[in-house]
Amino acid sequence: MQVNENFEPVIVAFCCNWCSYAGADLSGTNRLNYPSNVKIIRVPCSCRVNPMFILRAFQKGADGVILCGCHPGDCHYTSGNYFTRRRITLLYSMLDFLGIERNRTRLEWVSAAEGAKFAAVMNQFVEDVKKLGPNRRLEDLRCRKQ
Amino acid sequence: MQRIGVFVCHCGTNIAATVDVKAVAEALGHEAGVVISQDYQYMCSESGQDLVKNAIKEHNLTGVVVCSCSPRMHENTFRKAAASAGLNPYLVEIANIREQCSWIHKDIASATDKAIVLGKAAVAKVHLNAPLTAGESPVVKRALVIGGGIAGIQTALDIAEAGFEVDIVEKEPTIGGKMAQIDKTFPTLDCAACILTPKMVEAAQNEKITIHSFSEVADVKGFVGNFTVTIKKKARFVDETKCTGCGLCTEKCPMKKVPNEFNMGLDNRTAVYIPFAQAVPKVATIDPNYCLMLKNGKCGVCSKVCTAGAIDYKQTDKMIEQKYGAIVVATGFNPIKPDKYDEFAYSYCPDVVTSLELERLMNAAGPNGGTLLRPSDKTHPHTIVFVQCVGSRCDDEKGKPYCSKICCMYTAKHAMLIREKYPDTEVYVFYIDVRTPGKNFDEFYRRAVEQYNVHYIKGMVGKVTPKADGKIDVQASDLLANEQLHINADMVVLATAIEPDKTARPLATMLTTQMDTNDFFTEAHPKLRPVESATAGIFLSGACQGPKDIPETVAQASAAAAKAIGLLCKNSITCNPCVAHSDELMCNGCSACEKVCPYGAITYQDKEFRMPDRSTAIRRVASVNPAVCQGCGACTVACPSGAMDLNGFSNSQIMAEVDAICK
Ligand code: FES
Repeated sequence: MQVNENFEPVIVAFCCNWCSYAGADLSGTNRLNYPSNVKIIRVPCSCRVNPMFILRAFQKGADGVILCGCHPGDCHYTSGNYFTRRRITLLYSMLDFLGIERNRTRLEWVSAAEGAKFAAVMNQFVEDVKKLGPNRRLEDLRCRKQ
Repeated sequence: MQRIGVFVCHCGTNIAATVDVKAVAEALGHEAGVVISQDYQYMCSESGQDLVKNAIKEHNLTGVVVCSCSPRMHENTFRKAAASAGLNPYLVEIANIREQCSWIHKDIASATDKAIVLGKAAVAKVHLNAPLTAGESPVVKRALVIGGGIAGIQTALDIAEAGFEVDIVEKEPTIGGKMAQIDKTFPTLDCAACILTPKMVEAAQNEKITIHSFSEVADVKGFVGNFTVTIKKKARFVDETKCTGCGLCTEKCPMKKVPNEFNMGLDNRTAVYIPFAQAVPKVATIDPNYCLMLKNGKCGVCSKVCTAGAIDYKQTDKMIEQKYGAIVVATGFNPIKPDKYDEFAYSYCPDVVTSLELERLMNAAGPNGGTLLRPSDKTHPHTIVFVQCVGSRCDDEKGKPYCSKICCMYTAKHAMLIREKYPDTEVYVFYIDVRTPGKNFDEFYRRAVEQYNVHYIKGMVGKVTPKADGKIDVQASDLLANEQLHINADMVVLATAIEPDKTARPLATMLTTQMDTNDFFTEAHPKLRPVESATAGIFLSGACQGPKDIPETVAQASAAAAKAIGLLCKNSITCNPCVAHSDELMCNGCSACEKVCPYGAITYQDKEFRMPDRSTAIRRVASVNPAVCQGCGACTVACPSGAMDLNGFSNSQIMAEVDAICK
């Protein structure tokens, strides 16, 4: 497949307030770079993320969506990320059904201490999405910016 | 019509060096609803905050967006500033353009673009923010301390001193913990029991303190200021209120072959026992695994000799429920069992002991009455080898990755005490590094080397082999001299790593607090909030949070007490208003939300509704208890009809952010 060198994907990252958002802050404090394509939305817990939000992002033109939460067992609300895990598994099969590449959506566990992991995950994800190219299938063309 | 103010911070050069702040302020000024967009050197400073406050008043703002550092840093600062200017604090949003933008990107153009997008998302969100008021919930003026070691005792004494009721839950039959087993303390070499036991007595006699010994926490419900805890009082088959602690039963009990935990299994106790002479409460406990009466129904000697009539073979576990405002965790540590280290022969050679075992061997109340003798043949050891870092600073599966912190010092203490009492005994210490930070610690270690002639050798012990003549061959390397050594030893002492108590992990789950990968409790902030857990109302005391020596433990215990007292002094606390709520008109009472709620905050009510045809109908609808809800949002996604939403992170707010980012 051809890789467009200039393609800059739009990437939405949902981060839970207690671990991953703090992990993202830590990678900032440690000055660990990752591409500016990643834009973070803070949510209280990964289980706050409705799969609808992810579909909405794709519809509005996002090329990749990544959801980060505390490690299993470490959720600030004890069990939230277990729900997340199941919901995302279901969403994957729906995305498969719709014909959207699975790699455009990712679920990652990043703790508040894992600034380096956060940056590494984001670097990897942006690279993967770049390889996939722009999201065409779910994008609502009426939403496309001119 | 919304009137939004945008304030972009330079943070000195922290933001301004990579983000063109002027351009950001300019771009956001064109967003719908934005009436003022400014940039400033330090927005969090006094004058920066004044800028925000004045703008709120002057432009009659309905929402504020601050583009600055992480909301985890200064969200509260700006919320307070807004509140003081008369704007509801929950109408403030932060765009994180420092930690998540300027600090990670180098290219000014793309960083500026990103900052603008983040700002736009915040503006889009603040459009939908609703004013929220935090509710109040009362504080129960009683504290629970879990663990009755020196940490728990100190915390309880301090809280009681401040005039609050406090309960100690201790899983063993007596309080005192590990410190009760220690012989002497470093670096002053005073006797541990002499300084600990008066404190134990003080705790027992303090009328504000209730000690639940031989008890465990079975369940924790509720939230800061209002926890409901179920405590399981395990059956000890002795009526605590009647037992006088005379010890007659322990003398007469025919079952005398029970390994004595207090002496690390180095001698035996009876099936009915009092752990040690100064135990608090001084009450006997029957061990059901060994008691002949409980096992076979034949014996009953203790009940015959007990003049107080305290023996009760029919006793069962009892559950008690109690409400608390604050909980302090002080579950402490245990040394690891070195039996996985085959090279040290611990599991099959009785003369290879751990440091805590040595502590008991040297203690006057220990198995040998304080004379150091080899466990195997009760002879006096002439050569003793200490092995440091057994299981500490270890990167394989068998051990722990961290430094256990106290081993260097207690080994210096052991070596010194042995040389002092038995000058004919040669002592070797094999170490990787000697770590002695602490007041008078290095002086203490140097005394061991210089004054007491303890042989410190930098190097590792490769193999410990018991020989036929009862001696032990210790094969080791001397790294500095670069040679292999063989030492013909009589005893080997392993300074084993310490690990958190096994009860800590299930407890953390009950308390919904966080732990690190080593099962130490995680503090809310490693530097600035070292004695609080991230869960409000739960505090950490002692070695449950990380390896610590006694003075550090006591310091942390008092700090945790101070934090708990600070909470208990309040009559009520403000709750987080970012909680879930359900739209009764949309709710169909399916119970999906109730099932996912980790706090049991959702209940159902039958409510009357007026139907379009003016008749009334009764429907079952969900309602959220705002004092119990912690605002995770699990229910909002579980709700099939979209009736559940979360204040501060509503569906429409998050969607608006998504839209703004993707635009
Ligand atoms: S709080 Fe991080 S996943 Fe629940």
